[in-house]
Amino acid sequence: MVDNIVHIEQDRVTNTVSNDYPDTSISNAFRRIMISEVPSVAAEQVYIFNNTSVIQDEVLAHRIGLIPLKIDPDLLNWVDNSVDESDKFTDANTVVMTLDVSCTKNPNAPKNSTDPKELYRNSSIYARDLKFEPQGNQLENFKNPIEPADPDILLAKLRPGQEISLRIHCVLGIGSDHAKFSPVSTASYRLLPTIDIIEPIRGDDAKKFQKCFPTGVIGINNGEAFVKDSRRDTVSREVLRHEEFNGKVKLGRKRNHFIFNVESTGAMSPEEIFFKSVRILKNKAEYLRNCPIGR
Amino acid sequence: MPPKRRNSELKNGGSSRGGKHQHTATDDSFNELLQPVYKGKQLSDEINTAEDKWNLLPAFLKVKGLVKQHLDSFNYFVDVDLKKIIKANEKVLSDVDPDFYIKYLDIRVGEASPAARNNMLPPHECRLRDMTYSAPIYVDVEYTRGRKIIMHKGLEIGKMPIMLRSNKCILDGASEAKMASLNECPLDPGGYFIVNGTEKVILIQEQLSKNRIIVEADEKKQIVQASVTSSTHERKSKTYVVTKNDKIYLKHNSISEEVPIVIVLKAAGIISDLEIMQLVCGDDAAYQDSFAINFEECAKVGIYTQQQALEFIGAKVKTMRRAKLSILQEGIEAIATTVIAHLTVNDLDFREKALYIALMTRRVVMAMHNPKMVDDRDYVGNKRLELAGQLMSLLFEDLFKKFNTDFKANIDKILRKPNRATEFDALLNINIHSNNITTGLNRAISTGNWSLKRFKMERAGVTHVLSRLSYISALGMMTRISSQFEKSRKVSGPRALQPSQFGMLCTSDTPEGEACGLVKNLALMTHITTDDEEEPIKKLCYLIGVEEISVIDSASLHDNFGVYLNGTIIGTTRFPTKFVSLFRNLRRTGKVSEFISIYINSHQKAVHIATDGGRICRPLIIIENGESKVKAHHLLKLKQGKLQFDDFLKQGLVEYLDVNEENDCYIALYERDITEKATHLEIEPFTVLGAVAGLIPYPHHNQSPRNTYQCAMGKQAIGAIAYNQFHRIDTLLYLMVYPQQPMVKSKTIELIDYDKLPAGQNATVAVMSYSGYDIEDALVLNKSSIDRGFGRCQVLRKNTTVLKRYPNHTKDIIAGMRVKDNGEPTFQHASLGPDGLAEVGTRVESGQVYINKSIPTNAADSIMNQDTGEYRETPVVYKAPEPSYIDQVMMTTSDNDQELIKVLLRQTRRPELGDKFSSRHGQKGVCGIIVQQEDLPFNDDGISPDIIMNPHGFPSRMTVGKMLELVSGKAGVLNGSLEYGTCFGGSDLEDMSKILMDKGFNYSGKDMLYSGITGECLQAYIFFGPIYYQKLKHMVLDKMHARARGPRAVLTRQPTEGRSRDGGLRLGEMERDCVIAYGASQLLLERLMISSDAFDVDICNKCGLMGYNGWCTSCKNAENVIRMQIPYAAKLLFQELLSMNIAPRLKLGDVF
Repeated sequence: MVDNIVHIEQDRVTNTVSNDYPDTSISNAFRRIMISEVPSVAAEQVYIFNNTSVIQDEVLAHRIGLIPLKIDPDLLNWVDNSVDESDKFTDANTVVMTLDVSCTKNPNAPKNSTDPKELYRNSSIYARDLKFEPQGNQLENFKNPIEPADPDILLAKLRPGQEISLRIHCVLGIGSDHAKFSPVSTASYRLLPTIDIIEPIRGDDAKKFQKCFPTGVIGINNGEAFVKDSRRDTVSREVLRHEEFNGKVKLGRKRNHFIFNVESTGAMSPEEIFFKSVRILKNKAEYLRNCPIGR
Repeated sequence: MPPKRRNSELKNGGSSRGGKHQHTATDDSFNELLQPVYKGKQLSDEINTAEDKWNLLPAFLKVKGLVKQHLDSFNYFVDVDLKKIIKANEKVLSDVDPDFYIKYLDIRVGEASPAARNNMLPPHECRLRDMTYSAPIYVDVEYTRGRKIIMHKGLEIGKMPIMLRSNKCILDGASEAKMASLNECPLDPGGYFIVNGTEKVILIQEQLSKNRIIVEADEKKQIVQASVTSSTHERKSKTYVVTKNDKIYLKHNSISEEVPIVIVLKAAGIISDLEIMQLVCGDDAAYQDSFAINFEECAKVGIYTQQQALEFIGAKVKTMRRAKLSILQEGIEAIATTVIAHLTVNDLDFREKALYIALMTRRVVMAMHNPKMVDDRDYVGNKRLELAGQLMSLLFEDLFKKFNTDFKANIDKILRKPNRATEFDALLNINIHSNNITTGLNRAISTGNWSLKRFKMERAGVTHVLSRLSYISALGMMTRISSQFEKSRKVSGPRALQPSQFGMLCTSDTPEGEACGLVKNLALMTHITTDDEEEPIKKLCYLIGVEEISVIDSASLHDNFGVYLNGTIIGTTRFPTKFVSLFRNLRRTGKVSEFISIYINSHQKAVHIATDGGRICRPLIIIENGESKVKAHHLLKLKQGKLQFDDFLKQGLVEYLDVNEENDCYIALYERDITEKATHLEIEPFTVLGAVAGLIPYPHHNQSPRNTYQCAMGKQAIGAIAYNQFHRIDTLLYLMVYPQQPMVKSKTIELIDYDKLPAGQNATVAVMSYSGYDIEDALVLNKSSIDRGFGRCQVLRKNTTVLKRYPNHTKDIIAGMRVKDNGEPTFQHASLGPDGLAEVGTRVESGQVYINKSIPTNAADSIMNQDTGEYRETPVVYKAPEPSYIDQVMMTTSDNDQELIKVLLRQTRRPELGDKFSSRHGQKGVCGIIVQQEDLPFNDDGISPDIIMNPHGFPSRMTVGKMLELVSGKAGVLNGSLEYGTCFGGSDLEDMSKILMDKGFNYSGKDMLYSGITGECLQAYIFFGPIYYQKLKHMVLDKMHARARGPRAVLTRQPTEGRSRDGGLRLGEMERDCVIAYGASQLLLERLMISSDAFDVDICNKCGLMGYNGWCTSCKNAENVIRMQIPYAAKLLFQELLSMNIAPRLKLGDVF
């Protein structure tokens, strides 16, 4: 299905090219599924034992919920909501994390300091302060350490005497339920831009023509402009504003060439998310085929 | 001397200069200024006078502040006016003992002796504890005890509510750290009072100017009249000079009929007809012709001497005096004190008053000849603004007078008793009444009813509760001006925008509907004057060439220009222009107060000098020889903090002009407009707008009503309220969880610190139609955005409970919680702690108790038999469709040791269907649908909008500013900069388009989007980018209401009305008409009776009256009694009719 994965920037962004695929709807289905139906793990229940900070319980809980967690969703089962509240969460479907911090004065702080980070200990609470609390045989099951995808997400700020003590239950969920369960920051595609130079553009015009596009799109060969890499074009349609290029160029998009851009939140690699979306679509098709109405 | 202001973060404030009040180095945010780069400007940046002269504006605001008018006015009242009042009511004498006297020497507020400052309760504690933020008023007195004269210093006569941040307030000059330690917000403007825990503002009142002649004409009735409202400390009265059948009369409330003007002038000592003619008409033949008829009137009555004239008037005076005066004395009294009361007569020298009346008459004669000589009542120069200080001073004088009369009565009572054992000490009696002043002031401010006995004035609605909906609404309230005009009158004049409002009053900020144009707002740079001394100015005028009025003979009075000081003629001058420029030079060099205005009115041949308070004025740059006096090096020094705004005034670079003087000047808008004629240069054109309208980006591109709508809506936006918002316990508080400063700011936004306390979020908007749920301005919201915190807000609601004490020594108590058998608390008491109060952080649902209060059952009993100690539970139960969380619980005591419990309940709300949003361009809309992110369109980068707005909102509204905001905002986002949308300026569209282009976007801000549903490209390019959206306080959760069965009103047994009473939904008259027209009679019966107040009655078909239990009480039998249903309201009507001796008899028959 997918021809080639062009490149991976860091471990977040992938540009995947799905080439010459017959239909937009399939590509769109992948995009939609990646955003809203690929499951991932996020904090769902926050049990607050103590919170004397200025940030309110609901807001703190909301912030914690939005932290992307590095947990392989395949290792967890779905929480069965029909089960009684007390037995609902088991080591098979829930990851427990805790946050126990209190802010104190730093006795070794430099005299004239006004920086809270120097004056106090634990003045800023970050996502890294969330600690995994293994339940049952989770330690063996989870090979990778369980931690937030980005340790530097600010959760709250404290001042001496304030403390936060809470416990969170992280469960499986899907993006259509809440954005925090979406494994991608965004998943989208664009169509490959095409630039057709109908009449040759030469000389100073060529330079001007080149400037109408992002760098690298148009090359100049012997004073004549040629399309070097139309993939880099953002289609700002700037050329069309200039009188002199009237009728000389035609901008377009290749309707069956999708350039995917999947930006993972960090729990899974973008490829993984993409392949999961393929599997989900496949399962859906399977289900439809076996559906009694379909026959 | 300007008190220290917290606003020093404004660009370029001064460092400490000489003078008593130095700007404290501790001013924290001031340090920001010393950073090498501040708000994108460097200290070493090149200075361009044309562009950088706007830096004078922050400098002005640093010194004056937005609410400086209020503070100045209050400071003036406390420091100066109080002393004047004491002086005017200096002595209390006794009718009984002629030797007794008590004399007030001095008065102070706050400090008992000039040395120590009194420790007042901090304002925030007053807010929380429902107390009044006040300081004691001390007087120094001198009085007699027996033969001795005793001095007593620091006698407390009451408490004065203190305006926050005035010079008597403990926040005056406080550093940010001090403010924080007092739980105060450093950005809070102050200027309000705290009375019984509520913040009260005394709105600025607009009035016609006092002690000035106003000439009006009624074209239809052929009436011309000159009137003057005289206002002194003792009385207020209005004197008219009117025409009636072409003759001129004087009219006054306490003179029973109109008096011919010639008689009045004769009574005032101008006996010669010739002199009258000279004074009124000068040598103008036309005037003389039309005035001549008035002499006949006088001759007809046979009055030729002053005594005759005085007797004539004396006979017509309505007297209320106890001591009887002769007719002549009455006449003298009338001329001396009642007519034109603001001029005082010494030694029966009526000359000044006669001149005044003659000049009034002259104005009438002039207006009769030339209708253009009529004054415009709506002209801002003829208006005076009354501020808190003036109103407080009126009230205080009234209370002080009452205090003194009570005191005197008390002393008289004691002195009258013969043979006292000890020597009488007056001070022992003074404290008995000391409460009067305190309660009087408190009551007036908390109710807003200003009742002044001496003016017989009764004014309601003077004060308002400071609206804390948002920072802007509080700020907007401080600059609000309310007019005395009746709202019902159908004249458009007072409501219309006056050209003279330019730069003084905001052109956009006025409410819609009833109060439109009557409630106004100050512009950004306005200042309101306080009273100044007249006497030195008068002397100065004589020194620089004004001929004194007393030495001018009547014949030559009108040959030269008259010089008027506060409306009263003080002399004439032959060279008015020279005199005026001389005077102005003196003002510019600081020899006279900068707020004194002088201008020439050539139509009246007059030079007017005004020193009175309440005039609106604003600073302007002086132009000399076609060149602005403010040069680059001045601005550089300003930026470096070496100069302050006041220095610009002192050096004569900038001066204040009031509306009248502005009319005498030629003001250039920009430096390029300077011509030879120009006298002044505008500091910054965007100061025509006020603080609230200043939030709008690109307002000069919008249709004007849209800006007005936004001014009303900006005050309803939810955002951050103050830095101390989490410490406040207000009745209702709306807060936004993640407020953002706008991408497109304006200079005003920075000046008023809206960027520090914002109310809104930058939403990515796609202007397109989507789903059909976006008709009629409805918005489409992105669910993922909401999940991530867009538009999330908190609602905090206060509940106050007082634990009462009863006369029999019982009191209310809070009981603990009730538990079930297993030790768990019951559902009702689930959130309670063992102390009977809800625990902070717990959730309360509908039906749960959060204050478990009990009151004694025997509260009315006497102390004797209170042993039982029985209590009845009166818990405070939470009732609302959605649960809340306990945010704060406070237990304290208020003023009179009353125990007070305040519980703050918190709800966090995410936007839902029907919540109201608005951009900053008067474009409001409700959320019509919330759409999943994957269904929304996305652009090449995968960005999907937070909000989709329907393009139909644009053509008819013509809010081009909103489009510019989008483009500038988008450029700012891509460029990583905050862009400006300042009025008459702001980021240039060309530049913005260039940035878009450079970043690979289309120059017009239109992107190609893909449909999220089909995945195909959309057929049109979509206008796509960030717009600052405000969430307004109107939320569905507070409005939703439905009812099946429910409570009914006691009297009529019909369903109650309104959501708060769980009322029914009314099928009104028009709906009823529809049902009738349709012919659905059974539906009508059901709606109007069965579902409402159906009632079974027994009706006797014989007598037609109602009985009961199948028995007719009037016929004494049960034979003809028929049971039927009628509306209870009908039954009630019949009974009410019976009670007034009308017998409604029902005759029953079969319908079918």
